[in-house]
Amino acid sequence: MEIEVPENVALTKLDWLASWCRKNSLWPMPFATACCGIELMATGASRHDVARFGAEVFRFSPRQCDLMIVAGRVVMKMLPVLQRIWLQMPEPKWCISMGACASTGGIFDTYSVVQGIDRFIPVDMYVPGCPPRPEQLIQAIIDLQDKIQREGSFLGNEFITDARQQPKRALQELELGQLPRSLPIIGGKA
Amino acid sequence: MSPADIHQQLVRQFGDKITGANVTALDPWVEVAPAAIVEVGTYLRDDPALLFDALNDLCAVDYFEPDAKKAAKFAHQPHVEVVYHLYSYTLKHHLKVKAKLPRWKNDQAGELPEIPSVSKVWLIGEWHEREAYDLMGITFTNHPNLRRILCPEDWEGHALRKDYDFPLEYHGIRGQ
Repeated sequence: MEIEVPENVALTKLDWLASWCRKNSLWPMPFATACCGIELMATGASRHDVARFGAEVFRFSPRQCDLMIVAGRVVMKMLPVLQRIWLQMPEPKWCISMGACASTGGIFDTYSVVQGIDRFIPVDMYVPGCPPRPEQLIQAIIDLQDKIQREGSFLGNEFITDARQQPKRALQELELGQLPRSLPIIGGKA
Repeated sequence: MSPADIHQQLVRQFGDKITGANVTALDPWVEVAPAAIVEVGTYLRDDPALLFDALNDLCAVDYFEPDAKKAAKFAHQPHVEVVYHLYSYTLKHHLKVKAKLPRWKNDQAGELPEIPSVSKVWLIGEWHEREAYDLMGITFTNHPNLRRILCPEDWEGHALRKDYDFPLEYHGIRGQ
């Protein structure tokens, strides 16, 4: 079936459009409890400028956010707070576990520190590092955008458990022997 | 005033309530009988030659070797110490005051040793003592509000004791 498309009109899939809107306007909830929080602030500040990826609107109310960035260690006393904030965030929502402590407990292998938040809330992206550099966090946001674009759907089908378990596109590309996608280099030699 | 002079003055004033001292150490210290800590503290704060108006820190030390093999070589009798780090802003001199306590009151494991609170002498002592209670398990008698300050209120045990066992879980939150 051929449709004549008038000027200034584009056709797309509703799922694709919804995901495209969502991925380019992530509203992070900064759950910054330690030094990773400083790098998170640097990521939001002018030099690294996460606004380039549409994620600059940090909100301190979980009800306005859709991306939880857990930056720093979480102790058992804090965990119920973390879980409550996560539950207060409206769907669709995603979570980045930033740094070694949030992902695994890091060097804090002690009686009071949670050894990885993924035991308690679903994590979409893990950022290694102690603390990670802003570039690493930005890479995680880009990968998360890929994930949202690839898996997102208007009706939220991506939150079906099976879909959440798929490997990242970057990993799939590596397995297929393709080079990971790189950003164009501006003002310098490759 | 030199640490030796301070020690001499305290011994003249309190006699055998001053149970020991090392005035040549890098951090000169004077040891006080636990029951006399408020009396000695008030004197240290108010005497015009001493004027220790600031309690910089209050910490506790657990002298204990949980490993049975190493315990034979351990140089101390098992005990806990409360250490008061004093400074005089007026006279610019330091002093450490120590008080030795048994690890457990009446040698019953779980019964916390007791020492009078100095929170009426130095107000900041209130929080420091809550921390020492929370992590080392020392009861400060006459404390206005002796609750845990760092760990959750229903936490079990005192985490910086050498024989503390890490909990497997806390309200279903797995620890290790």
